[in-house]
Amino acid sequence: MSSGFNVFRVGISFVIMCSFYMPTVDSLLELSPQKYFSTLQPGKASLAYFCQADSPRTSVFLEELNEAVRPLQDYGISVAKVNCVKEEISRYCGKEKDLMKAYLFKGNVLLREFPTDTLFDVNAIVAHVLFALLFNEVKYITNVEDLQNIENALKGKANIIFSYVRAIGIPEHRAVMEAAFVYGTTYQFVLTTEIALLENIGSEDVEYAHLYFFHCKLVLDLTQQCRRTLMEQPLTTLNIHLFIKTMKAPLLVCAFGGYSVPKKGYKFQLRTKAWLLAFWELSGKRFAIFIFKKSIDRKRKLPLELTVELTEETFNATVMASDSIVLFYAGWQAVSMAFLQSYIDVAVQLKGTSTMLLTRINCADWSDVCTKQNVTEFPIVKMYKKGENPVSYAGMLGTKDLLKFIQLNRISYPVNITSIQEAEEYLSGELYKDLISYSSVSVLGLFSPTMTTAKEDFSEAGNYLKGYVITGIYSEEDVLLLSNKYAASLPGLLLARHTEGKIESIPLANTHAEDIVQIVTDALLEMFPEITVENLPSYFRLQKPLLILFSDSSINPQYKKAILTLVKQKYLDSLTPSPINSPFTSGITPNAIPPASPLPIIGPTILPAQEWKPPLPAYDFLSMMDAATSQHSTRKIPQCMKETDVQENDKEQHEDKSAVRKEPIETLRIKHWNRSNWFKEVN
Amino acid sequence: MGLSAVAPLWGPPGLLLAIALHPALSVPLRRDYCVLGAGPAGLQMAYFLQHAGRDYEVFERAPRPGSFFTRYPRHRKLISINKRYTGKANAEFNLRHDWNSLLSHDPRLLFRHYSRAYFPDARDMVRYLGDFADTLGLRIQYNTTIAHVTLDKDRRAWNGHYFILTDQKGQVHQCSVLLVATGLSVPNQVDFPGSENVEGYESVSIDPEDFIGQNVLILGRGNSAFETAENILGVTNFIHMLSRSRVRLSWATHYVGDLRAINNGLLDTYQLKSLDGLLESDLRDLAILKDSKGKFHVTLKFFLEEASTNQSADAITLPQDDNDNFAMRVPYDRVIRCLGWNFDFSIFNKSLRLNSGNAFGKKYPLIRASYESKGSRGLFILGTASHSVDYRKSAGGFIHGFRYTVRAVHRLLEHRHHSVAWPATELPITQLTSSIVRRVNEASGLYQMFGVLADVILLKENAMAFEYLEEFPIQMLAQLETLTGRKARHGLFVINMEYGRNFSGPDKDVFFDDRSVGHTEDAWQSNFLHPVIYYYRYLPTEQEVRFRPAHWPLPRPTAIHHIVEDFLTDWTAPIGHILPLRRFLENCLDTDLRSFYAESCFLFALTRQKLPPFCQQGYLRMQGLMSTESLWQHRVESRLLRDDAPTGRDLEDSSQQPGDQELLGAPLAPGPLAQSLDSNKEEL
Repeated sequence: MSSGFNVFRVGISFVIMCSFYMPTVDSLLELSPQKYFSTLQPGKASLAYFCQADSPRTSVFLEELNEAVRPLQDYGISVAKVNCVKEEISRYCGKEKDLMKAYLFKGNVLLREFPTDTLFDVNAIVAHVLFALLFNEVKYITNVEDLQNIENALKGKANIIFSYVRAIGIPEHRAVMEAAFVYGTTYQFVLTTEIALLENIGSEDVEYAHLYFFHCKLVLDLTQQCRRTLMEQPLTTLNIHLFIKTMKAPLLVCAFGGYSVPKKGYKFQLRTKAWLLAFWELSGKRFAIFIFKKSIDRKRKLPLELTVELTEETFNATVMASDSIVLFYAGWQAVSMAFLQSYIDVAVQLKGTSTMLLTRINCADWSDVCTKQNVTEFPIVKMYKKGENPVSYAGMLGTKDLLKFIQLNRISYPVNITSIQEAEEYLSGELYKDLISYSSVSVLGLFSPTMTTAKEDFSEAGNYLKGYVITGIYSEEDVLLLSNKYAASLPGLLLARHTEGKIESIPLANTHAEDIVQIVTDALLEMFPEITVENLPSYFRLQKPLLILFSDSSINPQYKKAILTLVKQKYLDSLTPSPINSPFTSGITPNAIPPASPLPIIGPTILPAQEWKPPLPAYDFLSMMDAATSQHSTRKIPQCMKETDVQENDKEQHEDKSAVRKEPIETLRIKHWNRSNWFKEVN
Repeated sequence: MGLSAVAPLWGPPGLLLAIALHPALSVPLRRDYCVLGAGPAGLQMAYFLQHAGRDYEVFERAPRPGSFFTRYPRHRKLISINKRYTGKANAEFNLRHDWNSLLSHDPRLLFRHYSRAYFPDARDMVRYLGDFADTLGLRIQYNTTIAHVTLDKDRRAWNGHYFILTDQKGQVHQCSVLLVATGLSVPNQVDFPGSENVEGYESVSIDPEDFIGQNVLILGRGNSAFETAENILGVTNFIHMLSRSRVRLSWATHYVGDLRAINNGLLDTYQLKSLDGLLESDLRDLAILKDSKGKFHVTLKFFLEEASTNQSADAITLPQDDNDNFAMRVPYDRVIRCLGWNFDFSIFNKSLRLNSGNAFGKKYPLIRASYESKGSRGLFILGTASHSVDYRKSAGGFIHGFRYTVRAVHRLLEHRHHSVAWPATELPITQLTSSIVRRVNEASGLYQMFGVLADVILLKENAMAFEYLEEFPIQMLAQLETLTGRKARHGLFVINMEYGRNFSGPDKDVFFDDRSVGHTEDAWQSNFLHPVIYYYRYLPTEQEVRFRPAHWPLPRPTAIHHIVEDFLTDWTAPIGHILPLRRFLENCLDTDLRSFYAESCFLFALTRQKLPPFCQQGYLRMQGLMSTESLWQHRVESRLLRDDAPTGRDLEDSSQQPGDQELLGAPLAPGPLAQSLDSNKEEL
């Protein structure tokens, strides 16, 4: 841990000390000079107001000073009023009433004296005292050159927090000083009261205080300017604190399993608004994503025993003996291992309730089995059912969708419905009560018994959709009863939407299997869907613009109604409108939204078109090899030049040669694997 | 094919005449593919032809397969290892340490089921080869000696000519393609005065009793010489070994054909002053004289030429007459020749233009890197006789190497004559890193035939997908498109296995300090066999392949990556092996190959115009990787996320994050970023 928080630690320890050794002082201590100086402790700061004993007991200044006692105490600074009595003559005791001053001591060293008029209120007191104490941490500058020099000096080393306040002692100044007290050793604070400096940076609205974060630490090229992020909220202690916290998050999206993280993790205590603001600001200028390092311990044991591990010997026997799901994975592949966790979660949820056997096979061990099953990439999930060809699972690699797939595969596709009554039960959701939570739509194909081709097409489509949507087929003599009731043509489809309790009919005419699949998948889409991680791709596939309503809570029925009206009136035919409201989405508020705008809003956004480039460079081995070769050849030159004194130094020359021959190995820079080096490297 | 070939029994002359007069005999038997020899290489080719349903026939002069092994090695111990335990289940990986099995789909036909010995007995090999042929039902004509091979030009033939084979019975076979797998069957003899006094390895007694108290001189310094010495080391007075070049130890050269430690007992006794010894001299300068007592004296040919022809042996000058401390001044009881074998060129008609190679590879027929003869199209050399391609480099002269080169030849033929393109798997670019990691960790062909066979990845347009071709003969890289039927228009990767540039050689100290490289940035200096990936924007030309830099197996690439050598040959370490590889691939293709959870892809989909390949090929096709319950739980615990939906009203409480990014396979890079993550001071 760097020294970043030493100041802070002092503060903490001081507070603790106070609470143990001193009664918590809320009001101003009144002491005589002698007594006061005896209380001063080394390294401890203290503010004392020396006044004549006969001065009024109350004044505006004393009221403000009294108010400052508590905040200053939080920073480990004690405050006292020292009454100058005649018996104890102190040089701090002024001679005239109106020349009385406050003095700041550290230990018994005088740091500064303050005329009372500079300490005009509590903010000014706190600001001035901290400003004096944090002389090194906060650089006060007055011109652009100073700023440039500081920036240059810190490139590649530390980040800068630059702030402009209109005057010293105002609340914004206090806020900056309070932040500097906490972060002063982590970041370089730079303060100015010169408007010209601010204008130089390019701020538009120079009437207010400004605070910038200069990202200098990552700048390696000295000619490059540090990137700057403006804090767009008013300068209050809390806002600065939140802002700095935000800036502390890495610039790049990056997290990876296996790294351990302090248990506490990041403790963002952001208000939604602050948060949206921060993100809003960032999404425009940089794509900051808060990351946390996933601390999935590599050694953490998954409850693997809930799934059967297959081998070359057991594979065929197992998938032949029972209906099985097989996860083909590679033990060394990160995606495989991430999905394995979801897979185990499925097994946990299905435990004891399913006839489907959950198995897995590690293709890193049983390569041949995987190849024979046509598995060439990982992870792959396949379902093996008796008497059927294995089916590859093509849904999301997650617990929910795989579970749905397994549950929906308990029935056949399409289900053969044999009576009107059964058909009605099917359409009402009664027949597969336990399954409709997985498939909100049931599809029933209606055919007269002679429509064999149409039936085949539908069966093929049903088979294709198995595990995703419940499909059934009705093709009895009395099919007309159903088609009449639901105004469906023959051949035709009935779509029962269980959540809405609606049944729609779609005619089929020479419709091929793939078109039926398309009709059904389209029918699964909603008019005004709430966009989620799971369903976004299916709406993306329509290749229509998405009209997104951002909302920070559940959708107001009013908005919903308005949108639906637009949809129904076909105003939005070329668009897919959808509200968005999920734990993830507060971060994608487009940057066109002013921070103060109330949600929900609809607004146009131009998305950044950046390409996905390599996140980091690779080792350039070719150059390293070239360098080694050229080094090798240049070595030979001095050897040739020595030929003049070959005669005399024949022996030496010989040794030189052997030294040269050894050179390549020495330049190899092959690192030793000894303990001391190892630890150096790791640290 | 055995050189032991017992003179065939021709049967009664009358019968022979009857057969010869049979009218069917004048009609040649036609085959698309003719294989000469039912040794390991011939059987291996027969297996692939049979599996592909091709019209083929194998001709074998002996009555059973593998006749070479019925006699050789003379002392019956094979020096190809039969490693039955590796601690791994992966069958392909285990083949890396099984030097005797042939390739087939039948796991029963693995050599470990035939012998428990690490260095197995040759009889087990004979039994194994017999079973291989029988179990797989390979078409082999035994007891058929092809006595003569000639060409018959015919424009209709696949190659513009047929190969006409005539067997010992006069039967003629017409073949479109000729696959010669006859091995090296002719004992190598060096002509010098007195060479008639020398016994050959092929016929010398192997009974140690016959050598008791004898002085023995062995000519040669290969494994057969040392094997012969090993057998009699304990009963002879001493053994001297004489050869032109110094001994090459296979553990220094990394070439299995050099002297194996299992045979080097004599090195031990020589260096431990136990009377045995090694000498270097060109055999052609020597002469061996037999004296009146039947003992052999070594002298120089030069002295012999000086003396008149009819002088008795005892009168000829010996080196010790001038130099009384001449090393080989003692008379020998026996001189044994162990000088290896040559290819039998005698049956091939001149029209085939099947010539021997240069001085370096004189014992081998001259062939291309595609194993096709330089003299006649359609004639391929397989097995031991094809070792000129990688002589002294890789394992192409041995079963564990040529089983793969035979497969490569078969794949070339399938494309050339049957329009079956070289097998390839087409995969999305997101699988690129994984497919390489998988192969370098298990592929046996790459491992055995390092520097000869390499995997090739052909990129598709925009590098969104690729084709993976296994074990292509890399010296033919320029001709890849015509040989495989695959297109290499958008760049390619070549995955080769290599030892360090300066690590292998007869006088190299392979145990020097710092020989092992552990740091990824030093991977290019790896010494032990390790994967090397070459990236080319364009397919190299023939010129570029031919005039490649010295000691480079391939022309200079656009970029190169070494996966750092691994003590366990397990290149699956996420940070040490996979990450640097991924970064290399990303930088070659100028893309981002990281894996993302669906949540991240979702976020990208809504905030960017483009998505990284992993999201495009997974998430957008509704196959995204969802994060797990426990991950959610973790986030909630670490207060990154509230477990209930945000209300939005309670500002103080909603502390949810904008995007909880989880990248898989994307560990933090060293440098400032990692630091900023490490310096996570959260005492507040």
